[in-house]
Amino acid sequence: MSGPDLLFYFFATLSLGGGLLMVFSRHPVSAALFMIVSLVGVASLFVLLDAFFLAILQVLVYAGAVMVLFLFIIMLLDVGPGGAKASRLKFLSGLAGLISVGLLVVLLLDLSLGAMEPSDCSADGCSDCSETSAFAWPEIREETAANGNSLVFSPSVKAFGFGLLAKYMLPLQVAGFLLLAAMVGVIILSRKSTGEEGG
Amino acid sequence: MSSITPHHFLILAFLLFGVGFLGVVIRRNVLLVLMSLELMLNGINVALVAFSRAGANLDGSIFVFFIMTVAAAEVSVGLALLVALYKKRKSIFTEDMNLLGN
Repeated sequence: MSGPDLLFYFFATLSLGGGLLMVFSRHPVSAALFMIVSLVGVASLFVLLDAFFLAILQVLVYAGAVMVLFLFIIMLLDVGPGGAKASRLKFLSGLAGLISVGLLVVLLLDLSLGAMEPSDCSADGCSDCSETSAFAWPEIREETAANGNSLVFSPSVKAFGFGLLAKYMLPLQVAGFLLLAAMVGVIILSRKSTGEEGG
Repeated sequence: MSSITPHHFLILAFLLFGVGFLGVVIRRNVLLVLMSLELMLNGINVALVAFSRAGANLDGSIFVFFIMTVAAAEVSVGLALLVALYKKRKSIFTEDMNLLGN
């Protein structure tokens, strides 16, 4: 077991453990702090996957902005540890959980049937075989090559920005408009509840 | 990356999604339900980046960018709704929001 393996297992444990502690913690503030641990773990996994820009974005947007917003609301509403007990699992939620876990297990078994060992990418002549010995999925790569996709994965921000501004120009505009709509919606929501009902 | 395959990342993504789903189902505090939703989205992001890396295709990474944008918008609107609801009902627990059920 080499260095990157240990790093993967460490950060996987960090993100999963943070998530589990978040779900089962009594106080909302500690839940938010565990959530930050989990998000930083996921950001480190993005670094392991060579997606450096997304890792920085994850830390800035999620751990920075979103969780600060959560903490702000927790303190604004003064939510105590009360009601931290899990709700009674009703029959329907139990059934829903059972069905989804079953589907998940089926999917996992289907995915990892005899595919957990590193594939020797000898069939396709991929040039980066040496640097990503285990981390290649020949079937997907062949399909990508067959479709003539010009957006090749690259860790650089330049390639990311090019893809964002060339191929995904319209979705980028729509995302900007969505943020504007969310901003206007939040302003209207917070104004209406104080103005018309008199507190 | 010596022996870590995309499947490892996929299994981790599924587990993250499952933990988030567990939180959505069992927690009564709407704030924690929203946080668990974020965790589910993070699981999806890990799977997308793993596929993007394994397939040498940047589309998945760019999709993660858009998911982050939508998640940020969703959280801001959700928290604003939550504050408005708290001002009206003085509670943020899901079992108190049963106006339709009765």
